[in-house]
Amino acid sequence: MRLTIKDLTQTFGTTRVLDKLSIETGRVNSLALVGPSGGGKSTLLRILAGLDIPTSGTVTFDGTTLQRDEVNLRLYRRTVGTVFQSYNLFPHLSARENLILPLVHVHRLSRDEAIARVEEPLRRFQLHEHADKRPAELSGGQNQRIAILRAMVVRPKRLFLDEPTSALDPEMTAEVLDMIEGLKESGTDFVLVTHAMNFARRVADEVAFIGDGTVLSHGPAESVFENSKNSRVAAFFQQVLR
Amino acid sequence: MSRSFAHLIVAAAVTSLLILACFQVPGDWNWSGVWEYRQKFISGWLVTLGLSLAALVLSVAIGLIVALFLGAQNPLIEATGRIYVEIIRGTPLLVQLLLGFYVIANAVGLENRFVVGTLVLAAFSGAYMAEIFRGGLNAIPKTQRDSARAIGLTQWQSFRLVILPQAVRLVLPAIAGQLVSLIKDSSLLSVIAISEFTLNAREVNSFTYSTLESYVPLAIGYLMLTLPLSATSRWLEKSFSYER
Repeated sequence: MRLTIKDLTQTFGTTRVLDKLSIETGRVNSLALVGPSGGGKSTLLRILAGLDIPTSGTVTFDGTTLQRDEVNLRLYRRTVGTVFQSYNLFPHLSARENLILPLVHVHRLSRDEAIARVEEPLRRFQLHEHADKRPAELSGGQNQRIAILRAMVVRPKRLFLDEPTSALDPEMTAEVLDMIEGLKESGTDFVLVTHAMNFARRVADEVAFIGDGTVLSHGPAESVFENSKNSRVAAFFQQVLR
Repeated sequence: MSRSFAHLIVAAAVTSLLILACFQVPGDWNWSGVWEYRQKFISGWLVTLGLSLAALVLSVAIGLIVALFLGAQNPLIEATGRIYVEIIRGTPLLVQLLLGFYVIANAVGLENRFVVGTLVLAAFSGAYMAEIFRGGLNAIPKTQRDSARAIGLTQWQSFRLVILPQAVRLVLPAIAGQLVSLIKDSSLLSVIAISEFTLNAREVNSFTYSTLESYVPLAIGYLMLTLPLSATSRWLEKSFSYER
């Protein structure tokens, strides 16, 4: 994917969360958004995922600019996948039904086709034994992996992952990170908001450091993590990577 | 001891005590006089059953629609829902029935008192249902709507497939209670001369002068309507239940 953001501003009331944020990536498989909490990463990701409409500015993926109306944004959301920090699975449905729902009701597969399509990924990620359980009966890691599968089974153009491991304990974090690393190997494009810096460094083709609603540093992972000229960015990494 | 066995034991104990108390009532019981009018009880019970069923379905629909009004962004729509709920909840059903039949139905040329009665009863119960549904809908976290939008569901699909099934589980006990009230409130339909269960029992009383004998069957008849409803609600609660 190739992402171009121009002068993106998002205000909530009098608070300016994104302030004329601009970025232009090369052709990348994966982009990580890192930086301090409250800096605007998640707000940016929600706009990229078509969940929120920015106050002003444009977002362009591979030459196509995101529209600003709900109908077109919904069509756009059907072509991408989003994974949330707190999974947001539907608690009244089993894991399998969570996966089938978008296939049947959004992508118009028959129920049988949908069931067939989710079977292989469920097996591949060792989740088929749990497929008939509801989210409350699954661990956090299992829930998050189901949530990632739900976003993947519709064969999206790209995925947006919003701090997918920050609600998980270390063991579960590992199983989710393995799965995201698998995404990279399979060639699925994704944008990832994360606090797992070492992981971001490992999987992301490019990293953007977002702070105070703007891009403080951007480039290949190594250059951002180690050679950032911005003093705030350097101080941040010194703090979190020591 | 199983739960249903315990229910049976307690119900039997209460019934026995009531029967014992009945034997303490001075004077003779006159069941034969009332038995002659059994047909009146049966027809009244059937009318109450039919009216209640129709009003029950309608009131759930009204409740849901008004609950959506109450949560609407548009202030005019919200105000419509709010004023409806406040007027209905703030006035007696008796007055609503009289006004509904003699004023509103008359104005629009609706003459069938059964239809008017059912509509007023449904409108009355619907206002209470609306508040119950609204509470249930509001209790569903915003992240669920987010998630539904993220996978590309339309607003209506999100409501039907994600929000409503979760809200129904939350409101089921309260809705069942409201429906039981609706069945008992249907006794007020006698004021617009509908021959429902209570009115017929009262008539039997005036023919036979056997007050208790006329009203005891009434209690049993209403229980025959409300107990299956409670049982169904508990069964639904169980089949809808899941941990959050």
